[in-house]
Amino acid sequence: MNYNWDWGILFRDPYLGWIIQGLGWTLAISLLAWIIAFSLGSALGVFRTASSPVLRALATTYVEIFRNIPLLVQLFLWYFVFPELLPDDWSRWVKRDMPFPALTTAVVAIGLYTASRVCEQVRSGIEAVGPGQRQAGRAIGMSEVQVYRYILLPNAYRIIIPPLTSEFLTIFKQSSLALTIGVVELTAMTRQIEEYTFQGFEAFTAATIVYSLVTFTVMAVMRQVDRRTALPGTFSKGAA
Amino acid sequence: MIEMNSVNKWYGKNFQVLKDCSLSVAKGEVIVVCGPSGSGKSTLIKTVNGLEPINSGEITVAGTSITAKSTNLDKMRSKIGMVFQNFELFPHMNVTENIKLGQTKVLGRSPAEAETKALALLERVGLAEQAHKYPSQLSGGQQQRVAIARGLAMEPMAMLFDEPTSALDPEMINEVLDVMVGLAKEGMTMMVVTHEMGFARKVADRVVFMDHGEIVEDATSQDFFGSPRSERAQEFLSKILNH
Repeated sequence: MNYNWDWGILFRDPYLGWIIQGLGWTLAISLLAWIIAFSLGSALGVFRTASSPVLRALATTYVEIFRNIPLLVQLFLWYFVFPELLPDDWSRWVKRDMPFPALTTAVVAIGLYTASRVCEQVRSGIEAVGPGQRQAGRAIGMSEVQVYRYILLPNAYRIIIPPLTSEFLTIFKQSSLALTIGVVELTAMTRQIEEYTFQGFEAFTAATIVYSLVTFTVMAVMRQVDRRTALPGTFSKGAA
Repeated sequence: MIEMNSVNKWYGKNFQVLKDCSLSVAKGEVIVVCGPSGSGKSTLIKTVNGLEPINSGEITVAGTSITAKSTNLDKMRSKIGMVFQNFELFPHMNVTENIKLGQTKVLGRSPAEAETKALALLERVGLAEQAHKYPSQLSGGQQQRVAIARGLAMEPMAMLFDEPTSALDPEMINEVLDVMVGLAKEGMTMMVVTHEMGFARKVADRVVFMDHGEIVEDATSQDFFGSPRSERAQEFLSKILNH
């Protein structure tokens, strides 16, 4: 193979700056999408196990729709199709006038998709806590909301720290799909470096290392969280 | 205190767990519900505080209907203590917090007041020195005593026990029964699902025998152990008392 290795380009202007900037966008997409996924997913997970059949049906429908359409298709639907369905003024706002249209769309699409997955994690956590705890809470006169707030959720979240960590790592990696609608995040920046310098090996190696460093950091942090929140006398298996 | 009138409950369309059950428990009375497994005892006791809904019939506790839609069930439940077969202490809270939770969140007591009450109750069930331990650090018998204290903290007008000693190792059964005997002697209205016939003989005013979802016999404990009228109760007793 006739290839001119040049690791130095990674630290040269402007490429180092591009990598850092790309990482910034990647982290922005991931964290913002996670906020949507975690809060909406938690609410849906509660609905899915609630006593009201209406809430259960609502959450189940949401999960069936969002979990079963490929994320890339959802991303395109939100970016190319959804704005066309809106009244003209709104459509223009979504396509052009709202701040960072592509980033916002990516955040919403990835967030809503992952919410369906977080919902299922939260549901399985609540089910793992068991019907006995729910009955014990109701038996001392607590309302359904109180039972969730004080008993079911604190225990369910402890149980699902490892799978939730996985979900976050998945969001972080899937944020690269945002490049398909024009968000210049880490992977897009890497491709750009390759196009400018023809040093593809170096560029993608750098991207690999940056992605890995972030995921390892997240895993280490979550392992600590898992350990700190573990209950005395129980075993915690560590995150992901 | 507790009145049940022709209570029926089905699981699905075909399986009837409770068949026309009627029962009354007077204030200060202790009644034991026994019978073979699958006879509907646990379901019956859980209908008293509405944890298990019923299909027809009526249940009232202290004159308030449990089955009427207009009843504030949460409020009624806070006045009826319940102890479960598997203790069901809240695993993320220490023993004191377990006993405080209902007091502060349901009764609106101040944390300090709830703490005082919790410690007094722990003293009473003989677990004062375990106040800061977590449920998983206690033996089954200790957990069940905490569960009783958690129920008593709400100052209930009646206590329901659903097989409180069935999940315990034999050497721990007595420490739980002792607490229950103490309660009975103080005049607490109690409904107890149990196979502990010694307990029934000693403190129960009446014994109710169930089989296949029906109340087959409802007799004073003297009569029940002396000369049960129904064949099924005789058979049941001969099986569990012979050794």
